[in-house]
Order: sequence, then C-alpha cells, then structure tokens
Amino acid sequence: MGILRGKLLPPVLAILFSALLCGIALLVSGANPVDAFGVMVSQVGQGTTAVDIINSTGTYYIAALAVAIGFQMNLFNIGVEGQYRVAAVVAAVVGGSLALPPGLHALVVILVAALVGALWAAIPAVLKVTRGVNEVISTIMMNGLALGLAAYLIREDVFGELRGNNIRTPEIPESGWVPGIPLGSAGTVFGLVFLAALLGVGYWVMMNRTRFGFELKASGESATAAAAGGVNAKKMVLVAMLLSGGIAGLVSMPEILGRDHTYNLNFPAGLGFAGIAIALLGRNHPGGIAFGALLWAFLDKSGLALDNVGVPREIVTIMQGAIVLSVVVAYEVVRRFELAAEQRRVGKQLGTVGAS
Amino acid sequence: MSTSTPATDGPPAVVLSGITKRFPGVVANSDVHLTVRTGEVHALCGENGAGKSTLMKILYGMQHPDEGTIEVAGKAVRFRSPADAIRAGIGMVHQHFMLADNLTVQENVVLGAEALHGIGGRARKVILDLAKSTGLTVDPAVLVERLGVADRQRVEILKVLYRGAKVVILDEPTAVLVPQEVDELFATLRAMQQQGFTFLFISHKLDEVRAIADSVTVIRRGTTVGTADPKAVSSRQLAEMMVGSELPSPETRESTVTDRVVLRVEGLGLVAEEGTRPVLDGIDLVVRSGEVVGIAGVEGNGQTELVETIMGMRRAHHGRVLLADRDVTRLGTLARREAGIGYVPEDRHRQGLLLTQPLWANRVLGHQTREPVAKGPWLDLAGAKRDTERIVADFDVRTPGIDVPAAALSGGNQQKLVVGRELSGDPVLLIASHPTRGVDVGAQALIWDEIKAARARGLAVLLISADLDELIGLSDTIKVMLRGRLVADADPASVTPEDLGSAMTGAGSTSAAVAELGGGE
Repeated sequence: MGILRGKLLPPVLAILFSALLCGIALLVSGANPVDAFGVMVSQVGQGTTAVDIINSTGTYYIAALAVAIGFQMNLFNIGVEGQYRVAAVVAAVVGGSLALPPGLHALVVILVAALVGALWAAIPAVLKVTRGVNEVISTIMMNGLALGLAAYLIREDVFGELRGNNIRTPEIPESGWVPGIPLGSAGTVFGLVFLAALLGVGYWVMMNRTRFGFELKASGESATAAAAGGVNAKKMVLVAMLLSGGIAGLVSMPEILGRDHTYNLNFPAGLGFAGIAIALLGRNHPGGIAFGALLWAFLDKSGLALDNVGVPREIVTIMQGAIVLSVVVAYEVVRRFELAAEQRRVGKQLGTVGAS
Repeated sequence: MSTSTPATDGPPAVVLSGITKRFPGVVANSDVHLTVRTGEVHALCGENGAGKSTLMKILYGMQHPDEGTIEVAGKAVRFRSPADAIRAGIGMVHQHFMLADNLTVQENVVLGAEALHGIGGRARKVILDLAKSTGLTVDPAVLVERLGVADRQRVEILKVLYRGAKVVILDEPTAVLVPQEVDELFATLRAMQQQGFTFLFISHKLDEVRAIADSVTVIRRGTTVGTADPKAVSSRQLAEMMVGSELPSPETRESTVTDRVVLRVEGLGLVAEEGTRPVLDGIDLVVRSGEVVGIAGVEGNGQTELVETIMGMRRAHHGRVLLADRDVTRLGTLARREAGIGYVPEDRHRQGLLLTQPLWANRVLGHQTREPVAKGPWLDLAGAKRDTERIVADFDVRTPGIDVPAAALSGGNQQKLVVGRELSGDPVLLIASHPTRGVDVGAQALIWDEIKAARARGLAVLLISADLDELIGLSDTIKVMLRGRLVADADPASVTPEDLGSAMTGAGSTSAAVAELGGGE
C-alpha cells in the first residue's frame, strides 16, 4: 500500500495543485474556472473529440517512451523532436516510392522510420561516447538540422510535389496504409495506437525482466556503482540513444500510415517536447506515461472548447507547464518522505524488537 | 559498576535516567541510564546505530526524550535546544569539524558567541588562556586553513570551552587523527581533566577507550548494557558487551597460502588523467590462492587507482594484469568479474549499491550475466530473490525483507550484503577495499570471518585497509604503498602498527619486520 501511495500521491497532488494554479490564473483574467473546466470535460462527448484524444494519446505515448528510455540512465534526449521529423520524411518518401504487398509495405515503412530515427540519434550518441559532447546540446542542434533537412527533402525538385498550396511527399499507396477502427461519426481510431500499447509492454518487459534494462536502470541510479558492477557506460549510452531514437522515429507513424499517407507542411511539431514533459509526469513508468499521455491529449483536444466560452485556450499550456513543475517537486518531496518512512519501518522491525 | 577515578566529591556531572526516545530512526533509545562523575573521562561505546548519537543529541538538546530525566550537576534540566545545553555547561565537539577555513582561529571561536567577551582584545585574552589548556600553541590570528587536523580539533574544543562548557562531549575524536596525534590528544584530555573538566568520549576504538577512559558505558540496541572499569576488562570483553556475543579476532595465523598464483600484476603503471604525473609506477604484485595480501598506505597514495586498474575501471598505461595466467589487461570490468574477481569497493554508497533499489536488485549488480540471477539476456528474478535470501541468512543481514531498498539498511548490514554478493559465484580473487570501514563491531567480525573462511577455501584476497590492526590481523603478506609505488614489505607476524605507520609516511623503517624494497625506479 505504501508503495502504491508513493507512486500515485505525487501526480495527484501535482495535478490538483496545477489545477489550483490555473484556477487562479482564470480568476485573475476574469473568467469562471468552474465553467472553464466544465466546458473542457463536456467537450469529450462532442463530435470526434474522444477519438482524437485516443489517437493523440498514442502519439504522445510513443514520444514519451522514447524520452523515458534515455531518462532511465539520465540521458537527456531532447532530440526526439528532430528524430521523429526526419524519420517521418524519409519513411514517407520510401513508402511513397515502393510497391509492396499490403502489410509488408506498412511494415517496411515502420522499420525505415525506426532505423532513420536511430541513425539520427546515433550522431549525438557517437559524439558523446567518443568526444564527450553533451547530448543536450547536440540533440538540440540536431533538431535544428532536422527541420532544415525535412524542408529540403520535400522540395519539389527533390522528393516533394505541390498539391494546392501545400507541399508534400508522394502519397503512400493503399498497400502501405494501416487500417483503423472506424467509429462512424465519432471518427476513426488509428490502427497504430496498438503499436504504442505494444511498445509500452515491450518497454516494461525490457526494464523489468532483461539484463539490458537492469544495466540501464543501474547506470541511471549510480554511474559509479554501475561501473564497479561492470556496466560499460559508453555502450549503454550508445544503445540507449539508438533505442530512444528508434522509438522516436515511430512517433508520427500512426498519423502518416493511418490518415495522412504523406509528409506535408501541416506535419505536427512539438511532439518530442511534449514527450519530455509526459515522461517526467509518468516517472518513466509505462503506466504512468500512459496516464500522462492521456491527460496531455485531453488538455490539448478539450482545450479547443475553451474558445467557445471566451477563455483563451493558452490556459491549457499554462496548466501543462504547471503540472510538470509540480510533478517534479511533488515526487522529490514524496520520495524523501517515503525513504524516511521506509527507514523508520526497518528500524522499528529491527531496533525496537531488539531493544525490548 | 564501580570504579576508582580522580572524581571529586559532590553530585555527578551528568545523570541520565530512564531515557526513552521513540525516535523515528533505525534504533530508538529505551530506558538508558548513564552517570558521568565530575572530572572523569567517561567513554560511551556501542556499535554503529546502537543509539550513541541519539543519546548524545538528547544530552546536547538537539533531541527531546519522550521519557526520562536529565540531571546536570545535581539539578534536573530540560533542554529545548543546544543553547540551553551550552548554558548548563555542556559542549559538543562533532566528528566533522565545523570551522570556517577562511577565518582566523579567534574569529572561529568567537563566531556566534560575540556577546560573551566581545570580538577584540578581551576575547583574545580569554582564548589565549583557554588555548593553554587545550595544548593549542598557534596564534589566534592565524587562519584556520593553515592548521592541521589535530590543531583544528583543538580549535573545536576551544570553541566549546569559550562558551563555558565544563562537560565536553567528544564524538569519535580520534577518527581523523594519526596515532601520534591521538597520544597528544589524550595527554591534553588528561591535563584538562586535572583542571576539573569532564569528558564524554564516544568511540568504537576499544583500545583507545581503554587508554583514556576512567569508566566505560556500553550501549547496545538502544539501551545501556552496563558500565565497566576499562582497566579491569579487555578490549575483547568490551566488544563482546557491545555485540552481546563472543567475538572472533581478525588473527589468522595458520597459513593457507598455496603456490598457485591467482593474480599477477607486472610493471603496472598509470598516469594521472590530468597531466603526466604517474599515479601508479611499476607495481609488481603476486597474490596466491589461499593468501591475503594487504596493502598499507596513507590514503591517496594510489591504492584506489591500483584497485580500479586491476578491476578494469581504469586503463593501465604500462604493464599487465594476469588472472590465473590469463592476460586480462585489455578486458573490461564485466569480463574480469566473469573471470572470477569479486570486488568490495571502498565506498559502498557510491560504488557498491543501488540505494533506491531493493536488496535483490543489488544482488544482480556485477553478476548480471551469470547464474543464478540471469539467464542469457533475461534476468532470473526468482533466482536473484532466492540467492538474496541466502545472503541475508548466511551473512546475518538484518532486514525485514529483500524488497526493502538498500538505503533503508544500516551501514553494517549494507556492507554484509555487498560482501555476501561479492563472495557469491565462487570467485577466485577478492579485492576488498576497506571492507569494514564504518561498520559496527558485529558486522566487522562477521566480514572478517567470511574472508577467512573463503581464504581457507583457496580464495586469493587483495586487501586494502586503513585499519592497520585489520591489515596485520588478516594478511599473510603486507606491502606498503607510497606515492604510487610499493616501497616495502612487512611481515604481519611481527610488525606493529607503529612500524607500519612510519613506513607509510616514508619516514623509513626502524623495525626488522619492515623490509624496504630495492630503491629502483
């Protein structure tokens, strides 16, 4: 029970606290917080919002998993943003230029995306291992390069084509699409949302049941103890970064293979950064991340309704930021409290029994 | 319970009766009785975590007892804070010095007590007066950063006296001193004792306790076991009072050394990460099956680097490391561990344990490629837990279970877990760096026993320790390390800690038991 309390208490505290903060922000700006929150909740039942939230959750989930793998060993992969973008362009181009049987076609596109994401992440990884370049700096710079590279690749004279006033990569033929679950007027759930769930399971198994996961966790907990225990720090950095990048490459796959079938100028940005926040929120735990992704998606999609009651929907961004900050603080507070409680418990079972 | 001491007549300096503290810590105090007579040196002994610190914090006003009374000089007192204790004439010298390096001796002493004698000439006069009794000869205008450890300690004592303390609590005062400085400190204490000061001396170095104390109170698992006359009991008896059972000694005289070489180090050299200064220089070392080779040396003379190079955590620049005739110089740490090296690192918190992980996960660390905790790329959770249970049982790790985080255990129990892990999987060589540093007597005895038992089974052991008694007691061969080189051999059968001490500082050996090695480069 104590363990569960330690896991659930911080996010609940943090969410309540940030709701309070946003409530105050709403009051200050002259709106009624109860109305605003009410509108957001009732929006879930409107139109395709519920399905949009699920689809968005899947995307966020993959992004956050990618970040979490790095976090496990205190590796800050800020480059998820760039990794999924480059992966998306290249995968879309490859997918659009291939003719393969259904199923296999989609599989190839997915593998290409993972591979490209991993390769893009390999650059900062190799720099860190061989030259000691801080991955925060290099991945941020790689994000800038990714934007430029993507823009170049979809130029008309390279791989792109002009459709209306939008530039996009050639459409992936139907054999490469991943069918979704149509829910009529409520929208269609992307088929690859299940890929996200599968990745979550795989991530849990890796962290809890494999030697690699153990070494990853050990490196993150104490680099010195890991080194003394024979964990090769350089190898871990390399593998963790490649894995993180590979998963990052899959971030846009649900949308591209499930709906857009192409990479175009409307490609969503900022998923990688949201992934950082969600991984923090979920404490790198697959369940926690799922919850964080759902919350993020809910705030995003339901927040659209705020405009209807005259509340600026930027309040949602404030709320997201407040949640992350409060979560970080709340976890640290609860962690210290829990450790003291555990020591007390051990002390009680040994000390007082012995002293009696 | 009776002793003959130079105590003066009148009420005792401090009486603690029936102190109980349901302190949310590892051990609570329960029904503690302690009587300290005026003018005596009263030692308080106990294992780590036995409740010594809690008791002293109660006496110094940092904690408040739930039950029981404190009397100082015959009057019942209630301390709400250390300030109250200081007003009642009780002062405390902490184990870790609390001095500002960039201030002078006088400024450090006066800091926070400016109201007593001002900060100028009057304060200086008082300090000079008191300094005489503490044996501090430096000018009060000298910066503290220029003082050595022993003088810093005197400044700490001075601080306490300046505030009017008549009863001084010394928390493990000798932990930071070399043997000669310990003697000087004791001379100072005896002189001050003549002037009527009373000392409460906390230590677990029993020989020192016997050398200085007029009476000894032993505390075990939060309660006082009894008071004894240190002149009338042996260190062994005291230690047995502390652990509550009979103790084995570190001595291992019957030799189990074989001629089978397990570890051979040839011409090992390592250059400092910054610059070209050699940290290890031409180290030649052989450890045989069934042999314990001890390395003596003042810390910072390359012992850490030697161990980490043998473990593959640092890359040697010269020389070779052979494990049972197999060249492992180019192998990584994991491969060396797999080849049969167990490693008890010098800092269990930084290098030995994953503190927030459960005990069974800590069992996996360093063994993640081997049975019974792993099967190929998969962890064997059931196997890891089963084997952790075994270590907990065999090594007497006191824990409510194997799912508690390592941080929840006391230092001694953490170390028993580490030693148990490193002796798992039939290692051929154990590298033990300060294996009993900072652990209580009970854990120390158990760890010594386990090392001896493993040695008898043919384990080769490379032992690095700052505890010279441990080194002399356990080792079959002792080598002295100075400035990155092995400079002398000592015979543990005849060498004394003092001989070793002077060889370690490079003062040259005066004893036949220490043979200096050829001065070649």
